[in-house]
Amino acid sequence: MTALLTVEDLTVDLKVGDEMRTVLKQVSFSVGEGQTVGLVGESGSGKSMTVRAVSRLLPEGAAVTGSVRFGDRDVLDLRGDALRRYRASDVAMVFQDARAHTNPVRRIGDFLTEAMILNGKTGRRQAEATAVELLEAVGVHDAERRMRQYPHELSGGLLQRVMIAASVAARPRLILADEPTTALDVTTQAEVMAILKRMQQEYGMAMLFITHDLELAGSICDETVVLYAGEVVEQQRSAQLHRDPLHPYTAALVQARPDIHRRSERLLSVPGHPTTAYEAPAGCAFAPRCRFAQDRCRAEKPALEALDAAGLSRCLRADELRGALLAPVEAAADPVPATGLAAGPADEEATR
Amino acid sequence: MTSTTAIATARPAARTPRLRILPGIGITGQIAFWTVIAVALLAAIGPMFVQVDPNAVDLEYAYYPPSPWYPLGADASGRDILSRLIVGSRTALLGPLAVVTMATFLGTLLGLVAVWFGGWVDATIVRVIDAIFAFPGILVAILATALFGPGLLAATIALAIAYTPYIARIVRSAALRERNLPYISALQVQGRHGFAISARHILPNVSGLIVANATLCFGLALIDLAALSFIGFGVQPPTADWGAMVGGGMSGILQGEPGEALAASLLIVITVAAVNTLGDRLVQRSENRA
Amino acid sequence: MTAPLLQVQGLTKHYGTGRARAVAVDGVSFELEAGGSLGIVGESGSGKTTTARMVMGLERPTSGTILYRGEDRTAPPRSAREWKRRGREIQIVFQDPYTSLDRKQTVGDCLAEVVRLHFPGDRAQLRSRVEELADLVGLDERQLRALPRALSGGQRQRVAIARALAAQPQLLILDEAVSALDVSIQAQILNLLADIRAEQGIGFLFISHDLAVIRQICDDTIVMRYGEVVEQGPTERVLDSPEHPYTRLLRDSVPQDGWDPLAGPARF
Repeated sequence: MTALLTVEDLTVDLKVGDEMRTVLKQVSFSVGEGQTVGLVGESGSGKSMTVRAVSRLLPEGAAVTGSVRFGDRDVLDLRGDALRRYRASDVAMVFQDARAHTNPVRRIGDFLTEAMILNGKTGRRQAEATAVELLEAVGVHDAERRMRQYPHELSGGLLQRVMIAASVAARPRLILADEPTTALDVTTQAEVMAILKRMQQEYGMAMLFITHDLELAGSICDETVVLYAGEVVEQQRSAQLHRDPLHPYTAALVQARPDIHRRSERLLSVPGHPTTAYEAPAGCAFAPRCRFAQDRCRAEKPALEALDAAGLSRCLRADELRGALLAPVEAAADPVPATGLAAGPADEEATR
Repeated sequence: MTSTTAIATARPAARTPRLRILPGIGITGQIAFWTVIAVALLAAIGPMFVQVDPNAVDLEYAYYPPSPWYPLGADASGRDILSRLIVGSRTALLGPLAVVTMATFLGTLLGLVAVWFGGWVDATIVRVIDAIFAFPGILVAILATALFGPGLLAATIALAIAYTPYIARIVRSAALRERNLPYISALQVQGRHGFAISARHILPNVSGLIVANATLCFGLALIDLAALSFIGFGVQPPTADWGAMVGGGMSGILQGEPGEALAASLLIVITVAAVNTLGDRLVQRSENRA
Repeated sequence: MTAPLLQVQGLTKHYGTGRARAVAVDGVSFELEAGGSLGIVGESGSGKTTTARMVMGLERPTSGTILYRGEDRTAPPRSAREWKRRGREIQIVFQDPYTSLDRKQTVGDCLAEVVRLHFPGDRAQLRSRVEELADLVGLDERQLRALPRALSGGQRQRVAIARALAAQPQLLILDEAVSALDVSIQAQILNLLADIRAEQGIGFLFISHDLAVIRQICDDTIVMRYGEVVEQGPTERVLDSPEHPYTRLLRDSVPQDGWDPLAGPARF
């Protein structure tokens, strides 16, 4: 498989007040032609910033190093027309909040046909016919009527379908989906995901899928990249993520999430809270919250290393812990005392 | 803990030294802030250093040019312009201060009451506010002086009433936003009294906005009061006042002696500009923090 | 025989009148025993939050009755005194940890204000009660002195829970109380809630859209759609062998191991 998108050593610093804060640290991954790659992380992990860097939508004053390559082009160097072409026809974005990304005073039809007409290849009539086809393809009934409606007349799920229709209109080679279903109900999420997957297969598009939901990433992505504090901590085939996590953080996410099929005696409670790259301690960023952490984890910065053929893990103990990460929590290792009510050490540290 | 080292290296070592008072209003805001302080000091302690009687008429020295005895010259009646400016700063600043204090108190009270009780109380207050808003402040003040005779008191009270709707509207909309936040519901279901919730929770959270807008009102009130004195309805002679001095200096301009009117107008412009800029920045700052 | 902790009978809420009338909740009935844990699950517009707000007294039911230990609590309280009395029976924790605390008040003051309201006492008593509450939800001395902005989402939600518990209610309504939290934090709060229920014997009315969270925390579950109850029963039974097709659809829409969106029922 040839790589369509290659992100290498991507480091991003944002200007906050008069200081620069690191949000991404040497992030590397690639997305192959037609492949779906998931980016999973909690708040502060930098998953949204990665997408912004790829789509060249970083806030002003951001310092970026490393490279983002799309095919044979360097995305970070694109200017003017080349950048416009990249955004218009190579990549397309689907956002979490579809409502905020549509103009409330413009009709759905205008929203869909605008880009087609601007690109100058089609006339209005032709563009409208294409838009109706697209709407029908994403499961919107009564497409002719919807074309004349305004965004506020459509439900969240319906509007997200319109967004998907708009993003696939130019037949991009890569879809950047930033939590596209987070704001939706679970049944609507299933419908929207089905449409997204079907469009992707039909048009042979690749997808970079950002989510906080490990289960969702596990079921719809080929590969999953797990981010913590602005760094890649694990990367492997999605199907294996739940059964054989390679990094303690991924394992903690799996165990912390309640199971719909059975009630656990007690959820694995990860002490403290997610941190950003800027606040991360020296050594392993996850060490203060990790139940497997040793002294050297706090002192030494682990590298992202391959674990035989399984995937990549940024953990000093990855080899010795392989297969044991999902072991039930022993009483002694439980970071929460027996009464279960004291704040973990990282909790205290975060309150400054 | 090991993390401290990482944090220390992540932050830039050198920090530019900055004024610690009122951060977040920018350089222009800082200049405006210190200008306001300077003008306030002039009014507070300036008159203590004035040696000559600012009201002493000596027609021999009419339009006397600037000199060691008359640093800014003398006016048409031979009175020292500098001492009149310094002494006049008190009336010029105290008037708007009284207007703003009264308007802010009344406006805040009305805004909070409207939000807490809602329903017909809110509807009534909003109607009254809109009605008062329809009258320009200066017109109300002229009307009041016509009824109660010229002077600072009637004009100040009239302007205070005219400015109340401005504050009340802002407080009402900010408090309404606050009222709909879950933390207010949480206090309500605990059985906290509406009065306590308004005074202890809603008020502190909208106070930044109130102060900022009161500052803006101060600048406007200063202009209104100066204008009243200029046309002769406000401060009465021989009391020194900036607005009255611009009015009194008008005849001087016609005779090629613009010194008095110019000096007084300049002070008004500087003060209003500084106060308005500061108010503007304070509004921005409280919006940024909200 | 003693009356159940909470008994809701034919609860209905309409908004508007005439042709513009919208039915938010339509004839909802359920019971909750003391110390029990009842989940209300549904999607947006199902009426689950409106139901919770009516039980709390924040909304007036159009019809139906709400009984707390057999006493009528259908009409919302009309005075602060009445709220206070009812606040010692039922309390609520809201979804958004960022707006459910006063941003100008320290955590300690926030708890002290509520404790003082219900249990007047001297400074030492007040202090020890606040510390007890903080200890119960896992907040330390330093966090008590902090303003909400210095706290993470999970810590703020701990404060909101402590504030609700200050009145020593017998019933705690949790309105999507863990939905806005990161997964790792959500687990902390769910464990904390389980501990509190075990130690204090408080009944939970747990509103959520998340079936896995409902399974973890609720003994019984009500599934709502369009303001109506479509299914109710023990959580295990409802989730393992749902009787209503909507419950099944809800369950099968949750991404899980082996889930394929394309294999789902044809819905479009």
